[in-house]
Formats: sequence, structure tokens, C-alpha cells
Amino acid sequence: MSELLRIEDLTAGAADKELLHGVTLSIGTGQTHVLMGPNGAGKSTLGCTLMGSPEYTITGGRIFFEGEDITDEPADKRAKRGIFLSFQNPIEIAGISLSEFLRNALEQITGKRMKLWDFKKKLKAAMELLEMDTAYADRDLNVGFSGGEKKKAEILQLLVLEPKLAILDETDSGLDVDAVKTVSKGIDEYKNRTGGSLLVITHNTKILEALNVDRTHILSAGKIAAEGGAELVDEVISGGFEKYIVGK
Amino acid sequence: MKEKTQVSDIDRSLYDFRYEEDERDYLGSGITPEIIKEISEEKNDPEWMREFRLKSLEIYNKTPMVDWGPSIEELDVDNIVTYIRQKSRMNTDWNDVPDDIKDTFERLGIPQAERESLAGVGAQYDSELVYHNVRKEVAQSGVVYTDLESAMHDERYADMIKEHFMKLVPPTDHKFAALHGAVWSGGSFVYVPAGVHLDIPLQSYFRLNAKGAGQFEHTLIILEENSYLHFIEGCSAPKYYEAGLHAGCVELFVGKGASLRYSTIENWSKNMYNLNTKRAIVSEGGKIEWVSGSFGSHVSYLYPMSILNGKGARAEFTGITFAGEGQNLDTGAKIVHNAPDTSSYMNTKSISKSGGISTFRSSVTVNEKAVGSKSSVSCESLMLDKISRSDTIPAMDIRTDKCDIGHEAKIGRISDEAVFYLMSRGLSEEEAKAMIVRGFADNVSKELPLEYAVEMNNLIGLEMKGSIG
Repeated sequence: MSELLRIEDLTAGAADKELLHGVTLSIGTGQTHVLMGPNGAGKSTLGCTLMGSPEYTITGGRIFFEGEDITDEPADKRAKRGIFLSFQNPIEIAGISLSEFLRNALEQITGKRMKLWDFKKKLKAAMELLEMDTAYADRDLNVGFSGGEKKKAEILQLLVLEPKLAILDETDSGLDVDAVKTVSKGIDEYKNRTGGSLLVITHNTKILEALNVDRTHILSAGKIAAEGGAELVDEVISGGFEKYIVGK
Repeated sequence: MKEKTQVSDIDRSLYDFRYEEDERDYLGSGITPEIIKEISEEKNDPEWMREFRLKSLEIYNKTPMVDWGPSIEELDVDNIVTYIRQKSRMNTDWNDVPDDIKDTFERLGIPQAERESLAGVGAQYDSELVYHNVRKEVAQSGVVYTDLESAMHDERYADMIKEHFMKLVPPTDHKFAALHGAVWSGGSFVYVPAGVHLDIPLQSYFRLNAKGAGQFEHTLIILEENSYLHFIEGCSAPKYYEAGLHAGCVELFVGKGASLRYSTIENWSKNMYNLNTKRAIVSEGGKIEWVSGSFGSHVSYLYPMSILNGKGARAEFTGITFAGEGQNLDTGAKIVHNAPDTSSYMNTKSISKSGGISTFRSSVTVNEKAVGSKSSVSCESLMLDKISRSDTIPAMDIRTDKCDIGHEAKIGRISDEAVFYLMSRGLSEEEAKAMIVRGFADNVSKELPLEYAVEMNNLIGLEMKGSIG
């Protein structure tokens, strides 16, 4: 197994406030990692920083993807390398349809033109898997979508774009039981079809049920407080984060 | 593969080329009664028109300069060559059009556009129409589409023109309307007989050539009862170093139950002063729909006006303005409700970037007798950076309480979060911003015929180029 992502002693923050205080983490090709931690621990900050969000400034450390230093790269370059972030709060863009946007993104990432027919076929298959009404393809991107529909639309993008590494930032939060199942089915399909890697940020085990978790990281107050295998997820679920909280 | 999505891989030089003009073709700078007489003689004006021009010049000289909007101080009207003699006379056969002019049109895609089922082309090169062709079936339906000069000399239309010419926009309206009345040249005349419904749009493509030349084309459209027409006006001009002026005039007469759609995509070079006046008067049950895309120009004053003069008359205005670096675009629309149960709907979008200033100015007047009328105004502005500016100046004059009036304005900056979201899916910062702007402009491009919507998206892509940094 080769190394896909390596984060070395990463410090980052927003508006003069440091939120990540030296995070080191490594994800191998095809692996599934889980990132857990109490609210405000910096999980989303880490996810967004890995994607290259301009909201956060990296003040120290490096990020490597497939051995190359991507610390200073903008988000679009990272996306082209194969990094994907499923947003906790997907953004609404008026006047651009989901399908138009996604075809555009796919062509940017692959660097190839895609026939409309082929794209539509691919999109339709993914939408059916996610039990999405195909009419959503022609609706403005995320505009007026319910919370659940927005999350499904993120997984739809994951299935169409087929990245090497998908960071899922609380994709399961706010979803009902059935929707979590559907979304999990989508993530499973992504894993099976592409053999891609996952970094799942979550508070729940539901979304992890169908996945073989290789490694679990507990983030607390901007630092990795504990690491382990799949069993660590269950420990956290039953025992809470109490013992990982720095200073206790 | 790059560029594909913005369709922006077109070359600005498409709009920026020009041919050398023969010096002898200029009639000289400055405006005197002698110049006006010379123009009039050259055009073989009827007597009334000659007098009209001279009278307009008098009004022009007496009327003070516009001082309530963007500065036009740097515009030296006297130095603008007001008229360039036609290099060729009217043509209806493409083969007879001189080669350099033909080449210009080829590059602008006009003959192709015609082949692609457009009904007729009245394209203005410099100050004269050089190419004019209306498809046979259009002509057979009784629709007249020609240049105003020819129509003025045709005994079938002469009286009609005399009756309507600059009656909606009189030379006393403002200084540049007076200038227009004095030096107008070229433009289109369209007459649609009662009950005729023209399914294919008529198109004209104006452009300026010749350094320092002004463009003063006049468009006169008359729709008789229960007729329908879609007229498309497209403009683009090459770039110059000297200030250019466009002071055209559009007068639209919409008869009872008739419906006119007037679409414009303007793309002036960035040194142009676009001081254009457009006006429509609508009779009972009639409808005017404006679709207006304003790109380019250094300064624009543009407020198409709709006068709803008959019971149940309707007006719709959909507009978009894009102001980039060094541009101050003051655009909007005016509506006058003059009869009961009239309705108006105004929906505009403006975009400003790189220090551009975009001002939306609207005016809605509801007179006492316009009971039961409805008006809705909505304007949205998008600023792409911190140095650009956007203003909204709505005015309303409501003389009856038996009406329903709504106004909504939104001003915003492009969201960093949205740009990041799109970039996280592989779009560059420039592409992401262009996509957001295209989305913002979407309800306007939806109103345009496909090839014009594509052109507008091209222009947006073009304007967004190099917007990062």
C-alpha cells in the first residue's frame, strides 16, 4: 500500500487564531480513515484546509499528496489531483443547473470533453443509486434543496467526479435514517468502483457500518489526541470524548 | 479542453478590428448649419426633414449639457465627425457589397446569421446601410423592413414617417436627442401590418467604424393592431483612442393588441460614450418587451422608456449591465402608466468589477387615470471586488392609490465561499467567478434567442478574463 496523503505537523488558523496545532496524519491508497472529536476540535478546519479553503491560513507544516507538496496550491489544483471535499453546508449557486455545473467540473478535472449523452447516462445512474429525482439535475445547484437533498447532491458529485481521496465532512449530520442508508450506499459504491480513499468526519457509526475502517483519529483542541483501529470508533461512541480532551 | 465552459476562447480582436478610411470621406469636424445642410443635401432629404434637422441644431445649441449623471466632460462633440459618406449605396445582393465591408461583416458573422434563418439583415457600416435584405416571405407578408432614408422617399411610407419621426423622442427631450435630430443617419424602418405575426426575428447589427466617428442611427418601428414582431439590435464597435459617441434613437409604436419584443446586445468599445434614447408607446391591450444587455462603452446613459397609453397595456423590461475597469454605466428603465389596468415588470441585474461603476436608475410614474395598474421593479447588483461600485436610484411618482406597486433591490458581493466551493470541484478562480456571474445573468440570457445568449455568455467570459490578481 502506497501513501496517498501525508500531513506533517500542520498548523493553521483563521483571522490570527490558530485552530490546528501541529497535526500529523497519513492516509494510504484505498484506505478508509475516520476523524472524530468534540465540537470545535478543528475537524472541519482540517477538512477545509486539506481542500485549500482561503478561509484558513496555513502557518506551519506541509501537506503532501502522492508525494508532492501541495501546501500552497489553490483548491482547483488539488481537485484536479483527485481531492474532494463533501461540504458540511453545500453552497447554493443560482442560475447554474446541477447537471451543467457537474459536467463542467468533470471536464475540468479529467481535462477531457465529455459527450452530453455519455454524461447524462452517468449522471442518471448515479442519481438512481442515490434515489434522487432526476429533475434535480436541471435545478439550480443546491438552490432550494432540503438539507438531505444537498448532502445527496454532494455524494452525487463524488460518484461522478471519482476522486482519489474523498473527505466527507459530517455528510451524515441532519439526515434521517433512510437518507443515511442511501448516502452510505453511495459511498460504498464509490469505494467499490474506484478503490479511492476516504477521510470520514463524523459523530455517528451509522455511516461507517458498510465500510471497513482502517484507522481512526481523535482530534481534540486542534491536536491528534488518540489514534487506533476501527475499535476506537466504538470506544468513543460508548465512552465519549472525555478521556481524550487535552488537559484532563 | 480549457476555456470550454465559459465559451470565452474568442478573441477580443474580433471586435477591435477596423479598416482604414479614406480621408476624403470625412465631411470635417464640428457642427454648423452648413454641415447640416450638406448632410441633408447628400441624403436628398425632403424639405421637411431638412428643416427638422436645422431646427434640431438650434435646439441643440440652446440646450445645456447633461449634468446629473456620469461625467461626459471629456466628450468633445464638435470634434466628432458626425457623418461619413457611404462607401457604397444600398445593396440587397451580397455579391455587390464591396470586399472590405463584406469582410468586416463576415468577421462579425452577419451573412451566416442570416443563413441561419434570420429574416433580414439591416446592418449599418459607418453611417449608411450597405447591406439590406429581407427574406421574400417576410416581404410577402406585407412587412416592410428597410432603411429609414429609402422609406422616406417611398411615397407609400413617406407620410407615415413624417407623422411618427421623433414624435416620441422630440429633439427638445435632451441635448443629445437634439443632436440626433440634426445629424441622424442610417437605421431601420419596420412596418408590420394589422394581424401579421412574424415568427422569425428581424435583426440589425450596428457598428461603428472610422476613428472619431459618431453614430446616430434612427430606428422607427410601427406595429399595427394585433401584430407581433421580434426585433433584435446588436452592436459592437472597434476600439479607438479618441472619444467616440453613440447617440442613436429608437421609437416604437405598438398598436392595439400588438406585441413587440425588442432585444439588444450592445458591446461598445471601452472609450465610447453611449447616450442612446429608446422609447415605446403602447396602445390598448398591447405589449412591449425589452431585453437589454449593455456591455462596453466608457460612459452609458440608457433608460428605455415605455408609455402605457391604452387600457391593459403591458411593459416588461429585462436588462443586464456589466461595468468593468474605467466604465461608468448608468442604465435602467422608465415606465409611464397612463391608462387603467396597465402593468409593468422591470427586472435588472448589474455587475461591476475592477473599479467599474454601475448605477441602476428607474422611474415609474402612475397617473391618476391609471387605476388598477400594477408595477413591479426588481434590481440586483453584484460587485466582484472591493473597488467596484454599484448604486440604485429608484424613483416613483404615484398619483392614484388604486394601484399595486412593488420595488425590491439587492446589492451584494461575490461570495468567497461560493468561489471556494466551485474551485473545490476543479474550476479555476476565474472560471468559478465567471460561472457565478453567468448564473447571476441567467434570467436575462434565457430571454435572448440562443445565438445571442451564447454571445452574451462569450462577452461575460471575455469581461471576466484577467479579473484575478
